[in-house]
Amino acid sequence: MRTAIVGRAIDAASLGAEAAAPECGAVVTFIGTVRDHNDGRRVSGIEYAAYTAMAERELAAIAREAASRFGTPAVIIEHRVGRLAVGEASIVIVVGHAHRAAAYDASRYVIEQVKRRVPIWKREEYADGTREWVDPTRAAEAVGSETP
Amino acid sequence: MMTIRALLFASYADALQRDAVDLALPAGATVRDAIERLRALPGGALLPAAPLVAVNQEFARADRELAAGDELAVIPPVAGG
Repeated sequence: MRTAIVGRAIDAASLGAEAAAPECGAVVTFIGTVRDHNDGRRVSGIEYAAYTAMAERELAAIAREAASRFGTPAVIIEHRVGRLAVGEASIVIVVGHAHRAAAYDASRYVIEQVKRRVPIWKREEYADGTREWVDPTRAAEAVGSETP
Repeated sequence: MMTIRALLFASYADALQRDAVDLALPAGATVRDAIERLRALPGGALLPAAPLVAVNQEFARADRELAAGDELAVIPPVAGG
């Protein structure tokens, strides 16, 4: 189990290898990447910022909770901060388990919890050069369904 | 009197044009009191009256009493992942 806030590109393949073990029949990797659009606007990049000490604590707590709820002690989370281009990975979550059901469920749990409570923010950069801190609570009201 | 450090992030840091504020507060002051002081600063009107906060890196409520040396983080709606 390992979690970290990093200031460099995330190597998903390396995290996958880290979680693999002879007793694992399934390794589920979730990669969150920077999308080229949000709320009807063209996005050219995103800057992620964190309250690092608390974000690290919350990531560790989420990994422990996932392990406890789904029986998946092999959980690795890396969240990147700094300026990311479209297509780059902001977060990679790897879960290893003997069976896929627990691995899928734990992976889903982790990303949903990260989005809900980890003190990390993103400032989107748009094609016209403007930049704006994203407020998911506002966007969710407008769209009514999926959070960005 | 006691001193606590308030940390600001993202849109809140932009609003107040700083990422940290040292506040001198009377003993027994609460999170709510500290937020009121921040909102009275230039740009502070952009802070909500009851924002999400953490004290010493744990989420806390508005009525939480603060102690000397506490770290109060005022947390805009999170957008990680």
